[in-house]
Amino acid sequence: MKKTISVLSLLLVVAAFSSFTACASDSLRSAAPNSVVADADNAGLKLPAGFSALKVAEGLGRARHIAVTAQGDIYVKLMGRVAEGKAVLRLRDRNGDGKAEEISGMGNYGGTGIAIKNGYLYASSDEEVFRYKLNEKGEVISPMQPEKIITGLINRRQHESKSITLDNAGNIYVNIGAYSNSCQERDRQPGSLGRMPCPILDSAGGIWQFRADKLNQTYGDGIRYATGLRNVVGLDWNNQLNQLFVMQHGRDDLHNIFPSLFTEQQNADLPAETMYALKKGDNAGWPYTYYDPFQNKKMLAPEYGGDGKKEGGKEFIDPVVAFPAHMAPNALLFYTGDMFPAKYKNGAFIAFHGSWNRAPLPQEGYYVAFVPFDENGKPGKWEIFANGFAGVEVVTGTRGAQHRPTGLAQGPDGSLYVSDDSKGTIYRIIYKGK
Amino acid sequence: MMMKKIGILPAFALVLMAFQTAPKKPLPVKKPVAVAPAGLAAAVNRGKTIYLERCLACHQVDGGGVPHLNPPLDGASGVLGKDKARLIRIVLKGFDERVELDGEYYSNNMAAHADLSDQQIADVLTYIRNSWSNKAGAVTPAEVKAVRARIK
Repeated sequence: MKKTISVLSLLLVVAAFSSFTACASDSLRSAAPNSVVADADNAGLKLPAGFSALKVAEGLGRARHIAVTAQGDIYVKLMGRVAEGKAVLRLRDRNGDGKAEEISGMGNYGGTGIAIKNGYLYASSDEEVFRYKLNEKGEVISPMQPEKIITGLINRRQHESKSITLDNAGNIYVNIGAYSNSCQERDRQPGSLGRMPCPILDSAGGIWQFRADKLNQTYGDGIRYATGLRNVVGLDWNNQLNQLFVMQHGRDDLHNIFPSLFTEQQNADLPAETMYALKKGDNAGWPYTYYDPFQNKKMLAPEYGGDGKKEGGKEFIDPVVAFPAHMAPNALLFYTGDMFPAKYKNGAFIAFHGSWNRAPLPQEGYYVAFVPFDENGKPGKWEIFANGFAGVEVVTGTRGAQHRPTGLAQGPDGSLYVSDDSKGTIYRIIYKGK
Repeated sequence: MMMKKIGILPAFALVLMAFQTAPKKPLPVKKPVAVAPAGLAAAVNRGKTIYLERCLACHQVDGGGVPHLNPPLDGASGVLGKDKARLIRIVLKGFDERVELDGEYYSNNMAAHADLSDQQIADVLTYIRNSWSNKAGAVTPAEVKAVRARIK
C-alpha cells in the first residue's frame, strides 16, 4: 500500500511537469548552494566527521546511475519496466534547500547508464545508447528525439546493464556484461566445466569503445577495448591519469559449483571484487582466472582445472585495488570537486550494492567506499565512507537491506550524490567542516 | 467477492471453534498437529538439509531470494500453487527463461538438480512449501517420479 502511495505521488508530480524543455519560471531557482540543509538524521547514514547528508528525493523506482548538470539538476536512469515517459527523470531543486521539488521524465527504455559530457546527456537501455543535446541551462532540448548512437548490444538477461562513461577525446565506453557466471558448459551447474575458449568474449565480457557522436553504431563500428571482465557496472574516466578505470563484479558460487574444492567460508571470501586501470587491449582474465585477495594472486578458475592453489595465466592484468568478495560495486566516481577535504581530491568513490552470494554467512557491502589516490595516481588503502544504507546491523538475506547504493555523481558545488535502486532514494552528501 | 467471503466465513468459524476448544484438553507434545500428516514434519526436516546444500545460496536463508536476480520462494504464488508438476520440473531441469513471476523479472539462471532422488526432491519442495510464511500441501516422491518420467 505504501509503495502504491509513493508511486502515485511521484506520478502526480511528473504529470505536473510535462517535459524537460525550458520553462519561464526558471528564475525561481536559487543558486545559493550554502542553503542546502542536511537531514537531522543525516538521511540515516554514518559518515566521517564534518560530513552530513540529506535525502533529495525518495520513491523514484529502480534508480540506477545518476548525473548532475553544471546547474545542479539531477538526471536519474531508471531500470526495468518504466512508466511511459519516465525512463529518465530530472530532479530540480527550486528553492536551494537541496530537496527536489520538481520531477519530470522522458523516455520509455529501462536501463542503467547515464552521463553528461560536452553539452550532451547520454543514457542507455540494456541494448542501446542514446544522446540528447542540452541547452545552456543543462536542459534537454528535444526529449522526444534522442539520437541513437549505439544499437544491437547483447542482452541475455544476466549482467544486462550497459554502463557508460566518456573520455576527453570523443569516445564513449560501454560495458557489455557476460551472460554467464563462469562460462560453464551449463551456467551455474555444479561440476560443469568451462568452455574453451569462452565464446561469450566475442561479444560480451568486456568494455567496448565507440564514438560519442556517430549514429547507429554496433559491434562492427566499435572496438573491444578490454576483455576478460565478467561484468562491470561501475566505471569512470580518471582525468588525473587520462585512463579508464572499472570495477568488476567477481564470479559467484565457487562452493556451490565445486563443493569438494571450496568451503562455504571460501565461497563467501573469494574472489575479490576488483578495480582495474585499463589500457586498450587489456585482458583481465575472466573466466579463466579469479583474484584471491589473501594470496594476492590470480588463480586458475576451477572450471578450467583450478583447485584454489594453482595460479592462473600471467598474461592477464592485475587489479589496482582488491575489495572483499561479492559486494557488487555498482558505481565508480573519481572526485574532482573542491567541497571535500584535500585527501578526497582525485580519489575514487565506489558504491557497493551489497552481496547475496556470501550465504549462508551474513551479507556484506551496502555502503559507499573511498580509495585515496596520491599525486602520482597511485591508490592507497580503501575505507568505508558512507554506511547505513541497509538500515539494519546485519543483512542475513539480501531482501532485508532497505537501501542499496547503485549510482554516484558529483554536483557542481562538489556534493556527492548517491542513488539507491531498492527504494529509489537519492542522497546528497555534503561537507561543511567541523 | 462479498458472496465468496460470506461463503467461506462459516467454515472458517467452525475451524476456529474447533481450535478454541482444543486447549482445554492436555495437548500431546510430540505428536504433529492434527492437520499435518504424520510424515510432514519429517519430510520438512529432511528437505531443509537439501535446501541448505542446494538452494540457500541463491534463494537465501529467509527464502526471500535476491531482488531482480533470484526469485523469492517465501510467499511466491508459483511455490504455493496447485501446479506441483511445474515446481518439480524446475528442480529437475533448472531454469533459464525470461518470465514474469509475481510481477517481476529475474536475471540469474538456476542449475538443474536431476541428480537428487525422487524422495529428496519431494522433501525439499515440501520444505519450501512449508517454511517461512508458506503453508501448502506436501509433494510426494510418486509425483516427482511421474514428472521425471514425462520429461525424459
